[in-house]
Amino acid sequence: MFVFRASTFLSRSRSSVPSFGSRIGLQNPQRYFASSAEGSPPPAEGFMQGVATSKFIKQTKEQCLSHPELAAVRNSETVKMNYFTAVNDALATALATDEKAVIFGEDVGFGGVFRCTIGLAEKFGKDRVFNMPLTEQGIIGFGIGMAAVGHTPIAEIQFADYVFPAFDQIVNEAAKYRYRSGNEFNVGGLTIRMPCNAVGHGALYHSQSPEAYFAHTPGLKIVYPRSPIQAKGFCLRLFPKILYRSAVEQVPVDDFVLPLGKAEVVKEGKDLTVVGWGAQLYVLENAVNEAEKRMPGLSVEIIDLRSILPWDRETVEKSVNKTGRLLIAHEAPHTGGFGGEIAATIQERCFLKLEAPISRVCGWDTPFPLVFEKFYIPGMIRCMDEIEKIMKY
Amino acid sequence: MMLARLTTLVRTAPRVSQLPLPISARVPLLARSKATKASDSAATSLQDRHVSFPGATFGSVFTEKMEFISDYPTIPTYRVLDIEGKVIVEGQDPKLSKEECMKIYRTMISLNQMDMIMYEAQRQGRISFYMTNYGEEGTHLGTAAALTSDDVIFGQYREAGALLYRGFSVQQCMHQCYGNENDLGKGRQMPVHYGSKALNIQTISSPLGTQLPQAAGSAYALKREGKDACVVCFFGEGAASEGDFHAALNMAATTESPVIFFCRNNGYAISTPAREQYRGDGIASRGHGYGMHTIRVDGNDVLAVYNVVKEARRIAVEEQKPVLIEALTYRVGHHSTSDDSSAYRPKKEVADWMKQDAPINRFRKYLEAKKWWSEDQEQALRKEVQTAVSHLFTDVYDELPWNLQEQKAKLDALMAKYPEQYDTTGHAKTKLS
Repeated sequence: MFVFRASTFLSRSRSSVPSFGSRIGLQNPQRYFASSAEGSPPPAEGFMQGVATSKFIKQTKEQCLSHPELAAVRNSETVKMNYFTAVNDALATALATDEKAVIFGEDVGFGGVFRCTIGLAEKFGKDRVFNMPLTEQGIIGFGIGMAAVGHTPIAEIQFADYVFPAFDQIVNEAAKYRYRSGNEFNVGGLTIRMPCNAVGHGALYHSQSPEAYFAHTPGLKIVYPRSPIQAKGFCLRLFPKILYRSAVEQVPVDDFVLPLGKAEVVKEGKDLTVVGWGAQLYVLENAVNEAEKRMPGLSVEIIDLRSILPWDRETVEKSVNKTGRLLIAHEAPHTGGFGGEIAATIQERCFLKLEAPISRVCGWDTPFPLVFEKFYIPGMIRCMDEIEKIMKY
Repeated sequence: MMLARLTTLVRTAPRVSQLPLPISARVPLLARSKATKASDSAATSLQDRHVSFPGATFGSVFTEKMEFISDYPTIPTYRVLDIEGKVIVEGQDPKLSKEECMKIYRTMISLNQMDMIMYEAQRQGRISFYMTNYGEEGTHLGTAAALTSDDVIFGQYREAGALLYRGFSVQQCMHQCYGNENDLGKGRQMPVHYGSKALNIQTISSPLGTQLPQAAGSAYALKREGKDACVVCFFGEGAASEGDFHAALNMAATTESPVIFFCRNNGYAISTPAREQYRGDGIASRGHGYGMHTIRVDGNDVLAVYNVVKEARRIAVEEQKPVLIEALTYRVGHHSTSDDSSAYRPKKEVADWMKQDAPINRFRKYLEAKKWWSEDQEQALRKEVQTAVSHLFTDVYDELPWNLQEQKAKLDALMAKYPEQYDTTGHAKTKLS
């Protein structure tokens, strides 16, 4: 099963069959919902829409470097990178600046099935970028062991769907290592990267968003970069794989670090707060664009949560106190999803300011299906419709 | 073993044409077109017999004899001392100095006395839980004495003797079991979950087998640093059934990491006898499957364990290869204070092991034969040995995030409001921090 899954994706990225990126439509951006400004109805498709035209993507050097979080690299050059190139750049920086940093996982040696580690073994040596036997529990246990003696292991799980064999090592071991030893030992140097989110045709085991399972685990930090800049700045954790080729933006050449635990208000508004993370941000952007067109005068604030654990309650709370309404959207199933945690906390903190029930648009409570993907995901239409309902409440 | 079989096949390969088989059965399919005459077949097949599939091990040859491998030789158990403490083959005596022997023996007795006292303390409700080390002292001490202080120890939970030998004091064990303010672990884990950074002893955790792949990773880190050190990872034969065992041995072999996997095969995993744990030749037989140096040793013979670990350490550090050691022993005590082992094994079986072959007794006889030990000294040592809480929220992360700060404030307020419900008299005077 595992070999099959790897080779499936290998053949895609190597052949002339449209890859994830081109399938999304980099060559024909008129298919995007964003192009419906010209009057065509939005497609209810099951894959990523509008990334290339997103306002959240930094198209120019000036847009990129004007961001306050990038003040430290204000004088840096920028270069156009897609998501996997940015991950590669971040990994190269980690290896170059930390002699104790190593990268390992399944198939990372030749560059990875998503090309994130391409060229690194050649540049930094096979003792620093190497293949592991096909064992997720082993990979994470190995990483814990390296970190426990002061090294900086960066472990890759090929798909977030396959992290569950390592659940014990992550939840019972990595997360509790510092606490249970009274800080005699810690594995703070360990980073686990895993591609997640829907991809159009990934079905049950190439589409999952498992963040909520881990959010229930004190001791972990969970980060969800939405763009190449974030992919480089965070250099870790859950990576929406649909963006690997499709998200292209200007990224500072110099080394920089983005703050963990901080959300980003990517669009300001006054009537409704919309919260999402990862690839869902682009769905929300489109949904909000359409809703604001349909309801003249509507002004929606969009927040990219970025960190799931610890999450930035303050930013969300401040926003909802201003708007009085909250919509949370994530690809993962509704019941037990992280949206529930946000909803419960904001209800507790903003009770007197809320003018409508907090709403969640999520994946249905089913496994992630193949041919029904477009009916499953919390896509643009579902999000837009929910915005209308909230505003009419 | 497999290795022996393959060697045999390689050796007999040139004579294969003498086999009374039809030529079509003898020559591999791909070679048939080339070898049409019987006289050609020997030369052609010699070349073609070597298996070239990428997954094949070097030296693998084709055979036309269909034979399932089922009859394995049993791996022998290495020993130095007989049960009377006599060296069987003189050259095998490591000839440890009197000082080294006394350190080993004193630690055995300290461990034994600590176990008795702490077991009773648990029976009296003074501590919540305990696990004794009875019968397995030989594996702990033989291993610890063969290591250096730079070697990293990963334990399961029944290796306290190795920790004591390294310098983790009885007092420190008590601090941990009581979870008091001197406990390095800050009172968070159950008793017997020891650990110490200063002594290179990774903190023990309850989930079984998890330390195995971690040990492989730590060993790889030591290798990258070019350290003259290895990792020793203890585990029981029950834990070897976990998936982590497989992951760890395979990873250690493929990454060529200097780690010694030390299995304490004491016959039981709580109530489950080894017979229900596996059907192969114990744990040691698995080593070959991973391409690993492997040995089985008498775990009640401290000198045999010492020799084996000493050589395993040399292989790990000098050759940068992992080693698997299976020490056969017997769990004399109950699994833990929560277990009554008479529910699943006869008391006589336990008594027989204690009487006939306790590792402490065997080593004591060795010392007495050397005139290094006597009954008076024994009594004096046992007597000498006999006389001999507040961080709930910290260390979840390096810093307290907002949610934990708030939750801590809530608990502080609750404790202030209901002091009678949250009695802190048993805890140190420091505030919850």
